Amino acid sequence: MHLSSALRAATALSLIMVGAAQAETITIATVNNGDMIRMQGYTDDFTAKTGHEVEWVTLEENVLRQRVTTDITTKGGQFDIMTIGMYETPIWGANGWLVPLDDLSAEYDVDDILPAMRGGLSHDGTLYAAPFYGESSMVMYRTDLMEKAGLEMPDAPTWQFIREAAAAMDDPANDINGICLRGKAGWGEGGAFITVTGNSFGARWFDEEWNAQFDQPQWKAALDFYVSLMNDYGPEGYATNGFNENLSLFQQGKCGMWIDATVAASFVTNPNDSTVADHVGFALAPNAEGVEKRSNWLWAWALAIPAGTQKEEAAKAFIEWATSKDYIELVASKEGWANVPPGARTSLYETPEYQEVPFAKMTLDSINAADPTNPTVDPVPYVGIQFVAIPEFAGMATEVSQEFSAAYAGQQSVDEALAKAQAIATEVMEAAGYR
Amino acid sequence: MARAVTPRRKLINTGLAWAIGLLIFFPILWTILTSFKTEAQAIASPPLFLGFDWTLENYGVVMERSDYGRFLMNSIIIAGGSTILGLIVAVPAAWSMAFVPSRRTKDILLWMLSTKMLPAVGVLYPIYLLFIELGLLDSRAGLVIVMMLINLPIIVWMLYTYFREIPVEILEAARMDGATLKEEVLYILTPMAVPGIASTMLLNFILAWNEAFWTLNLTAVDAAPLTAFIASYSSPEGLFFAKLSAASTMAIAPILILGWFSQKQLVRGLTFGAVK
Repeated sequence: MHLSSALRAATALSLIMVGAAQAETITIATVNNGDMIRMQGYTDDFTAKTGHEVEWVTLEENVLRQRVTTDITTKGGQFDIMTIGMYETPIWGANGWLVPLDDLSAEYDVDDILPAMRGGLSHDGTLYAAPFYGESSMVMYRTDLMEKAGLEMPDAPTWQFIREAAAAMDDPANDINGICLRGKAGWGEGGAFITVTGNSFGARWFDEEWNAQFDQPQWKAALDFYVSLMNDYGPEGYATNGFNENLSLFQQGKCGMWIDATVAASFVTNPNDSTVADHVGFALAPNAEGVEKRSNWLWAWALAIPAGTQKEEAAKAFIEWATSKDYIELVASKEGWANVPPGARTSLYETPEYQEVPFAKMTLDSINAADPTNPTVDPVPYVGIQFVAIPEFAGMATEVSQEFSAAYAGQQSVDEALAKAQAIATEVMEAAGYR
Repeated sequence: MARAVTPRRKLINTGLAWAIGLLIFFPILWTILTSFKTEAQAIASPPLFLGFDWTLENYGVVMERSDYGRFLMNSIIIAGGSTILGLIVAVPAAWSMAFVPSRRTKDILLWMLSTKMLPAVGVLYPIYLLFIELGLLDSRAGLVIVMMLINLPIIVWMLYTYFREIPVEILEAARMDGATLKEEVLYILTPMAVPGIASTMLLNFILAWNEAFWTLNLTAVDAAPLTAFIASYSSPEGLFFAKLSAASTMAIAPILILGWFSQKQLVRGLTFGAVK
């Protein structure tokens, strides 16, 4: 009896000592998004389970991109985990800059990750970053205004219906715009939106030989439609509106419709911040009539480990904890199912409690409708829906979106903007040796 | 003969000065006001000026989420350290240029200033690699050196301008009385240039405090100053203006208080030599 007690005590002591000897402090670079900040609040749970401590470096998205890119390309070793997106992951994975996540534990159940997310965060079939939360884009609309207009939003509307609904809901006398959409320059802002709009009109950035396609009629149709829609029923100064500006307008009841990230659904239905929380409906992002591709994108904020970190095991333990089913249940038990990180795991959408969240089904349908490996009507040589997963894209698309924003602001015509976009894309691809 | 100032003119001048002052101060005032609003009130249209429910909630959230004391201490050490180090280098340099000029002094001064014209991002990678080699990444010592180097041209220029205003005859008299070079600089020149040195110190401290390129790119956890503290409250998806304003107010409060208490010295130093 005494012997077994002594043995148990010795085993426990040795386990604690081993744990203490291996306890590390890992540094994680991340963005200031609601789900990320919530995760920081639960770090104690991770420390209690593993003994590892966590230091957080929270930065604004653009600063974060510059910071982690500098660090990983110079092997600075400042971070053990980086929060990156679907654009960076396949490129960095292909360059050997990230640790492959191919040996995650059986309990983690890697097959539970939504296929679209897993595909977008992999290179050559190997997962390089685990999705913390994922998003697509969808239509958010005012159910009360739609009813007043005598219209019914279909689950899968066309751009033509969206225009009709915008005209019906537009009410300048009461400061209500028929529709609010992104127009702000930047590849991740208005650039992302107009790229998926282009997809839904049958346009593409490049053909299979990497020839720029802005001189094709599909791009002209997409841009003409967008400019006409926004000039007629959009808010003043829409050329400088991004996600946060439109969120603010919608929450104050100044938009009949808003097409943007699915993650916005939890903001616009939160009665603490939104004056229209009880009157919001959801639908799939639209497409032009007769075009099979819709204008919904796919994005994930994911956790990746830079190659060369000295704390790989602790970093993997953190990723397994933060992107696990258990973490989702932890958040649900403390803050409710509407606040769990969405869009990453299949099992979440099979949970009966989560199915009752009003935007859950449409978020999943939107994510499932996005195919990053086959994003356009005509074939393309690239992966990515609202971006082209090549290193040159960020700079090139920022320039192109600046030209488009200038057209939205009336500083140049759509034709001029498209001609400049064609010249920019052609020059970049030639200089980079794609052609 | 001085022109008589009529009461009406005085009133107009005073009103104009107040209007310009308020215009310059308005962004800071708006930031402070926003920090006491809820996130929904912060984005209200039309904007709410004073008629809102004042709340300290944002300050509570910021204090709970961030270790403000650590960021503040790093800012003080980096700004203070770079200022002191900069003066140690710049006082002898400015002395030699002001009192023992050569044919190339003006060219050297211009060349020093030209280094300020280089976009910082152009040397980010070389400096980053150098910091990796020297083990200076995310260290206060590294930031002190970088901040000192960035502001050194301005310190030298300002001190050079002040020193030029000091009559060289006084220094010559000290030499006649047997003062060594060290004594001349320490006991004659420096006390006479105190207003100029003080305003140079203050300006350099403010510049180093507000610098947000190198402090964001070369730090992570240990050396991150208040600029990194502010940057952590901006969000691409979600409302953040009220909390960002609270963080900004907390970050600028120390330097505002310092500037308020030393404004007499600062103005005196900046206008030193303007009127002969």
